[in-house]
Amino acid sequence: MDDFLWRALIGGIGMALIAAPLGCFVVWQRMAYFGETIAHAGLLGAALGILLQLNLTIGVFVAAVLVAFGLRLVERHSSLAKDTALGLLAHVVLAIGLIVASQFQSLQVDLMGLLFGDILAISMTDILMIGGGLILIWSLIAYLWQDMLTISLDRELALAEGVNVPRTEFLFSIAIAATVALSMKLVGLLLVTAMLIIPAAGAMNFSRTPEQMVMVTAVISAVSVIGGLAGSVYFDIPTGPAIVVAMALVFLLSTPLKRG
Amino acid sequence: MSEQLTAPAHPAADAPTGALIEARGIGIRRDGRWILDDINFSISAGEIVTLIGPNGGGKTTLARICLGILQADKGTLRRKPGLTVGYVPQRLKLDRTLPLTVKRFITVRQAASEAQVEATLDDVGSKHLINAQMADLSGGEMQRVLLARALLNEPELLVLDEPAQGVDFAGEAALYELISRLRTRLNCAVMLISHDLHIVMGSSDRVLCLNGHICCAGVPEKIGKHPEYERLFGRERARAFGIYAHDHDHEHTLSGDVAAGGDGGDDCCGHGHGHGHNHAHQPDKNGTRSDG
Repeated sequence: MDDFLWRALIGGIGMALIAAPLGCFVVWQRMAYFGETIAHAGLLGAALGILLQLNLTIGVFVAAVLVAFGLRLVERHSSLAKDTALGLLAHVVLAIGLIVASQFQSLQVDLMGLLFGDILAISMTDILMIGGGLILIWSLIAYLWQDMLTISLDRELALAEGVNVPRTEFLFSIAIAATVALSMKLVGLLLVTAMLIIPAAGAMNFSRTPEQMVMVTAVISAVSVIGGLAGSVYFDIPTGPAIVVAMALVFLLSTPLKRG
Repeated sequence: MSEQLTAPAHPAADAPTGALIEARGIGIRRDGRWILDDINFSISAGEIVTLIGPNGGGKTTLARICLGILQADKGTLRRKPGLTVGYVPQRLKLDRTLPLTVKRFITVRQAASEAQVEATLDDVGSKHLINAQMADLSGGEMQRVLLARALLNEPELLVLDEPAQGVDFAGEAALYELISRLRTRLNCAVMLISHDLHIVMGSSDRVLCLNGHICCAGVPEKIGKHPEYERLFGRERARAFGIYAHDHDHEHTLSGDVAAGGDGGDDCCGHGHGHGHNHAHQPDKNGTRSDG
């Protein structure tokens, strides 16, 4: 196997592990659109990152954190329905991102790479970042675990029981933003949400505890990354979409296996 | 309205000392409208207070303020330091995708041994559910499990928001009987939001009618004897006239004047009386009634 395939495999499995616990919370708290909106902000971040000659991943991360923060504000103070407010913000930042990106053709912005990922171009630096991200994000989730789980039961119950809900949610948003930034090269910004929700949705059918569901999600995710990579090489198709399709196949296979 | 903003809250002179929760002059505003205004409320150790009132009258909002879920826009709220509260929400928003056994649900944020969880579930007649998945519970089972979770650490105050919701009629009577029995044993205070006055009022020390403000407060017997009582609850269900039908002709009682438990007070504010209380925030409710 070639070096780039090994790197893709290691990076992909690392991302699968990062996304698993976050994806579970996104599903439990019905936040799929939230993840989507943050991902769309990533394109703007990437474009600005190139403009300011920053590291791409850092640009995406900063933009995603800012939008996550903005989202919480909109959620709290807007009289619009939540999905309307999120849809508005998501597509406005996506549009601005596309405009900014289109202005830098000379800088050779790989728009397709940003939107759909380019896992085979993953570098050693990327792998180190994913490794660091894995440690930091899992530590953060371990720290937030009980509070996030209580919020997942019922947000008001968590407030009544003294959970610092706004702080917990803000820290969780940062973890989502970091995941979006790290997984951009793997599956692309348009498919990040799929990476978060599809494996978790598949795992719920055969898990009896929240922790078990996170583990099953990680396994489904990792298997899909391997399958997607193999399919990508074998059929000569784009890797990011191939991984997402592999996840969807595992999900479909899992649905008959309801927990008893 | 401006008068309400600047005037000092009505003195809650009769608020018992050592109250678990004491709210004075509480108001909360949404979309430019005071959905709760000028609320004086307190609950003491061991007391059962039932909140009634029409839908949208602010019962749940008041409970949420007392629980710290919502912040009031004016007034003061004092909670006894270190107060332990068990809360049974109207409906749990728990998503079906979260796999969770009943035992785990109860112990997510509170440490307890298996035996403790089992004993608490036994108290609510649901010991057999200990390993069931939350997603598989029926409405009645869910309410009992919520009650068990709230009771696990023997709270000083139990807050129940329409606990009989989603429970059939026979189950409803059984649930209230259960709450009453558990309360006697644990001797905790209970704040109960109800749409079923005729079932719960027997064990209540005080009943508060809430419709944007406290429009009536008293011991259940007094309210129950009121000639308008039966008609009122027929009406409330029909949502035709609202709760104002049982206003009295008391002339000197301040709105929100909460009687200390068990003194026989039946303090209903007469709307439109000259006690300087401005009800302009609810013009739609006052138009059709006349005083005593």
